[in-house]
Amino acid sequence: MAILDQGPPHYKKMLPPIVQENYGKWKYHEIPSPGVLKHVGESGAALYSVRVGTPRLVSIDFIRDVCVIADEYCDGFLRWTTRNNVEFLVSDEAKLKPLLEKLEAEGYSVGGTGRSVSNIVHTQGWVHCHTPATDASGVVKAVMDDLYEYFNTMKLPAKLKMGLACCLNMCGAAHCSDIAIVGVHRTPPRINHEVIRKGTEIPSLVASCPTGAIRPDPKNKSVIVNEDKCMYCGNCYTMSPAMEIYDPKNDGIAILIGGKTSNARTSPSFSRMVIPFLPNTAPRWPETTEAIRKIIELWIANANDGERVGEWVERIGWERFFTLAELPFSDMLIDDYIFSRETFRTSAQFKY
Amino acid sequence: MTEKNTPLLDELEKGKWPSFVTEIKRAAVKSEAAGELLQVLERSYKERRGHWKHGGIVGVRGYGGGVIGRYVDEPQTYPNVAEFHTVRLLQPSGWFYNTKTLRTVCDIWEKYGSGLTNMHGSTGDIILLGCKTEHIQPIFDEFSDAGFDLGGSGSCLRTPNCCVGPGRCEHACYDTLEACYNITNEFMDELHRPMWPYKSKIKFSGCANDCTSSIARSDCSVIGTWRDTLRIDQEAVKEYAAKINIKAAVCDKCPTSCLTFNAETQELSVVGEDCTRCMHCINVMPKAIQPGKEKGATILIGGKSTIVQSAFMSWVIVPFMKMEAEDDFAEFKDLMRRIWEWWDEHGKSRERIGETIYRLGMTKFLNGIEVAPVPQMVFRPRANPYVFWNQDDLDRSGTALDGSKL
Ligand code: SF4
Ligand code: SF4
Repeated sequence: MAILDQGPPHYKKMLPPIVQENYGKWKYHEIPSPGVLKHVGESGAALYSVRVGTPRLVSIDFIRDVCVIADEYCDGFLRWTTRNNVEFLVSDEAKLKPLLEKLEAEGYSVGGTGRSVSNIVHTQGWVHCHTPATDASGVVKAVMDDLYEYFNTMKLPAKLKMGLACCLNMCGAAHCSDIAIVGVHRTPPRINHEVIRKGTEIPSLVASCPTGAIRPDPKNKSVIVNEDKCMYCGNCYTMSPAMEIYDPKNDGIAILIGGKTSNARTSPSFSRMVIPFLPNTAPRWPETTEAIRKIIELWIANANDGERVGEWVERIGWERFFTLAELPFSDMLIDDYIFSRETFRTSAQFKY
Repeated sequence: MTEKNTPLLDELEKGKWPSFVTEIKRAAVKSEAAGELLQVLERSYKERRGHWKHGGIVGVRGYGGGVIGRYVDEPQTYPNVAEFHTVRLLQPSGWFYNTKTLRTVCDIWEKYGSGLTNMHGSTGDIILLGCKTEHIQPIFDEFSDAGFDLGGSGSCLRTPNCCVGPGRCEHACYDTLEACYNITNEFMDELHRPMWPYKSKIKFSGCANDCTSSIARSDCSVIGTWRDTLRIDQEAVKEYAAKINIKAAVCDKCPTSCLTFNAETQELSVVGEDCTRCMHCINVMPKAIQPGKEKGATILIGGKSTIVQSAFMSWVIVPFMKMEAEDDFAEFKDLMRRIWEWWDEHGKSRERIGETIYRLGMTKFLNGIEVAPVPQMVFRPRANPYVFWNQDDLDRSGTALDGSKL
């Protein structure tokens, strides 16, 4: 019989001795080289963390492999980061170089620190979710392959955090990322009246629609969708299997930029849409990788030292960004949802 | 028989970034389900659509959540992933592991599951990806014996998570690891047995750098801060002055212009009461500038993603709260109980707390949880005069109901 409510394993039992000894008494840190952090405690003790990129979706063989490495170089201690990278925790400085050589020889990706592109926080996609408009793992792999030179170096104006959500539910942190990749539908759901009659709770289904596009159809014991009101969020499908919304020819990806969650300098901000649609060109999504690379290169060329993507765009103005990026501006980028008014320009200040 | 070729996915084994396709193939050596997952995925790549059916309700005895049911849409073609459920396990605070524990996870999962995982889910859980219905209870039983418990799913408290905090960060203003562990344990019932209008998340970040993105990704964001003045080590400032342009890189970027660098004396000064504790100067000069001594956290409420009423970022409800393990985080727990009670009573089905507050108004919310309004809660006061007054508080004695003078 399972013990109920025993909670998570106790973190204290899994902290390396150097962390136990210097717990809460860290003095400063440095980044000696890309992917390597050096934390120094008040006691003078130094902990090296070597950060390695992962695809997040990993086999138990991968976990066992990193365990073998952690046993050899880190007395059996390692951790994962909030962006799904692995960190090998080295308390014996003599083991740092051999570890880095080992990781290099085995083909691990060391990086993701400081002014780099770190791992892309992403979701399930076609691997395991029922509402996706695009894949997650595949797009992430394609984009990270393309931007690899920015993962294992620190030559960007500031850190760059990316998020991917495979549908408009936007799981993860896509709504607050420097660059967000979001799976979008563009066609209304298809109602399966048979399935609805077999036991969908119609009031909940009607209530699930953010724009009130669904109304009951008592005669039919089903619902009607007002297609003019539907903006294809797919929330109705989340509520009922009768509302299938995937559409291979019209599903794809939108790009949003300029979000952040840290408070440094400027307040946290949402990402904003700059490209409403790119096609799902599996397996490599070349339109998406190219669009992202262009934005990043423009940012590198124009941003001030230390400026996150959103801070840069807000400084030069979005109108200037669209000119520089040579991106078409369309009505699809003008907000027409609940909080739209605050996004309009209530000022005569702008650039031509 | 299904086609075993995966030409599209094979493309994704090329390139420098670690490949998830390689990972699925490795698992497929031992697991038929992982092999079939590859086939289903290849088909999705070809057809550009998903092949998973609408969710299903599966679980373990005693809990209302923790397992996400998933079924392939063509079970006859793909019998080994006909049932392909996900099990969520509560992760240790800060995702610190020893290899013994990780090997235990692998061994149990190898016995019953596909051998595939997500390390980790966006909320924080260890995700075990793909098992049959009949194995869910045995999986839980064995993980339970090994010291693990299920994470949250459904309309409940989801798995809390935290930044690395005092474990390895000089900026941490409270013990995020202990807070996460202690508070998760306190609310086991709320986590395992869904009883609320919708999901509710808590994230713990040790400072305003917010490495868990709590402000965007949790209904309750606990962000470390301090109440006195930041501490400056002038000797260390001089060392930085030799390497960087302190005026340009630090002072000019301070959002409140409260930092001054005196080029002559090489000293940095701060107008303490003007600092908004954004972390910028500390981030640039970690050896010279430290948070103040009187530490705690700011509590913010309402963060969520787009569905239904647009994305919300959490907003301030308690500017400063002590977060001490010594008193068992009592003040925080007490506040959470009041918040959830109010939401449970007023929230509509599938309405996140941020949306409930938005619908009913901050006034009702603050009254309900007995928190007094303070200016730190808003960027700026309202611009319209449409204020609700409590009619009982007014002096109505001079006017009769029909408008005539009494
Ligand atoms: S949120 Fe602050 S305390 Fe926590 S790891 Fe990030 S910088 Fe450190
Ligand atoms: S923490 Fe931010 S607001 Fe405070 S002095 Fe430093 S830069 Fe200025």
